[in-house]
Amino acid sequence: MQPNSQRHLRTAGRMVATEPWWLRALLIALAVSAVVWLIVIPLVYVFWQALGQGIFVFWKNIWHDPDTRHAIWLTLTVAPLSVLLNTIFGIAAAWVITRFQFPGKSLLVTLLDLPFAISPVVAGLMFVLLFGMQGYFGPALREWGIRVIFAWPALLLATMFVTLPFVARELIPLMHALGSDEELAAVSLGANPWQMFWRVTLPNIRWALLFGIIQCNARALGEFGAVYVVSGHIAGETDTMPLRVEKLFQEYNNPGSFAVASLLALLALATLLSKLALERLMAADEPRKEETA
Amino acid sequence: MSISIRHVFKRFGAFVALDDVSLEVPTGKLVALLGPSGSGKTTLLRIISGLETADRGTILFQDEDVTDRRVRDRHVGFVFQHYALFRHMSVFENIAFGLRVRHTPKAEVTARVEELLTLVRLDGLGKRYPAELSGGQRQRVALARALAVRPQMLLLDEPFGALDAKVRQELRTWLRRLHEEMHVTTVFVTHDQEEAFEVADQVVVLRSGRIEQVGTPENVFDHPATPFVMDFLGNVNVFHGRVQNGQMHLGPFQMDFPDYPHDESKAATAYVRPHELAIDRTQVTPTALPARVLQLNPSGSVVKARVASDELGIELTVDLVREQAATLQLQIGDRVFVSARNVRVFMPSDFTI
Repeated sequence: MQPNSQRHLRTAGRMVATEPWWLRALLIALAVSAVVWLIVIPLVYVFWQALGQGIFVFWKNIWHDPDTRHAIWLTLTVAPLSVLLNTIFGIAAAWVITRFQFPGKSLLVTLLDLPFAISPVVAGLMFVLLFGMQGYFGPALREWGIRVIFAWPALLLATMFVTLPFVARELIPLMHALGSDEELAAVSLGANPWQMFWRVTLPNIRWALLFGIIQCNARALGEFGAVYVVSGHIAGETDTMPLRVEKLFQEYNNPGSFAVASLLALLALATLLSKLALERLMAADEPRKEETA
Repeated sequence: MSISIRHVFKRFGAFVALDDVSLEVPTGKLVALLGPSGSGKTTLLRIISGLETADRGTILFQDEDVTDRRVRDRHVGFVFQHYALFRHMSVFENIAFGLRVRHTPKAEVTARVEELLTLVRLDGLGKRYPAELSGGQRQRVALARALAVRPQMLLLDEPFGALDAKVRQELRTWLRRLHEEMHVTTVFVTHDQEEAFEVADQVVVLRSGRIEQVGTPENVFDHPATPFVMDFLGNVNVFHGRVQNGQMHLGPFQMDFPDYPHDESKAATAYVRPHELAIDRTQVTPTALPARVLQLNPSGSVVKARVASDELGIELTVDLVREQAATLQLQIGDRVFVSARNVRVFMPSDFTI
């Protein structure tokens, strides 16, 4: 079993400290200062800049700029949609990989990790080359009146590409460990495939699935590189929140830029909190039901 | 509901799991599929259930061909080796599952589940989760879950394999009693010959994807059809010798073997079960074998004696009844005579005696 699936099931045992006090102090100081300098100070700075001129200016920056408003709306549409599609894909991929034997299976598993390995900019370029006006499918789609590049479908494609592995990666080791016996038992008791999935498979994988969805969502909200290449950066049309932050910053509109940035940071914090809450819930739920055999 | 298996073949890649297997399981009988691992017994069970499909051959329930019928339409109760209980459901919900997916009315579900909890002696444990149960309790939940939908037959894969000896013994007796109450056709897989003999009406011995012998426990035990069956059914003493003119020759010893009256001398193997050997202080018959006592181990109701024959250069195991052991007063190193009450001779290349 891969450590990935066990991460949230394991509770760390208490360790006996054997290192000298000064080494412990040094390591703790290093860790704390890294967190403070790399995470806490920038985060506080973002909020300080955004709210520095008061809550009304912040509100004006967010709400009274139609382009910013559109960017927020676009991000809040594209991200959930790509998360939804990737959840469906992730479950299907994990199912196929853990329940069936077929030629090319290991290749599929490897390809699944490609989005993690490849630079998002390269991914964006691939889509431009495929669907752009000079690309392979672009002109044909154009004739059908479908615009992909420099429009929202490209944003969706790019976001889906970079977040593709999250759900599947979370599910595969778990479903491997669970095996298919419970599912076979359900079928032998008369369940149809739909009942089997909703009543047996899903409850068994729900925590890992939620975990994958949260991670997928965090990445989808913040995606910049791939989206940057395919969006064409059209204000009020294809600018997502991260792109809007960059554009406002380039235009020397620091308060506006930091306002959107702080909103993104808030969304990220919300994601983090839901992850934390989820881990608490899991810890409360598992002890009774965890298989000991 | 009777089961007919006709000329079933199954291979996994290059491995032949079942090689032309045909078997009849009469209605209401309790049948054990017995064999070592890799003999195809579990594959056969899964093919009956529909969890696995045969490459060739047909499966009939009563007179109906179910070969192409899906698992969930076969209406069989299947109990998995490791129970496969739904870990996120309570015991109650586990047992209710089959009824729920068939949209049985709530009141009926509750009544049936309570009835089954009583049947498997788990009253009051309905709210527990599988992880909170002992192995034996889990096994009974698995059984209740399979029985809840009133299946046409019950199929059990190594039902007691993962339990400790005492619980296993209890559950065997209990399963036998349960079967007598319900009379539902039952097939179970086991590699434990004792279990098969104790529980089943009929024993099917499998080896490398083929059926070696089918019969009642007494029949199979007393008249094993092949050396494999003889060997598999527990400890045996093996003598290698030759047969000629109705006699079997074992070194300087010989005994009657009327099944082979021919002149030509042929290699043969004689098998004698430990309880079919007797130990005496004196040479009571001319064929008794002089031997030396090597080891004495009390084991349950018998004393297992290990003796060596210097003439034949072999060691034998003899089961002595306690009283007999007490009268003989054997000591390690004692000189004794071993005689056989019953000998089975098998000739290689000709197993059909």
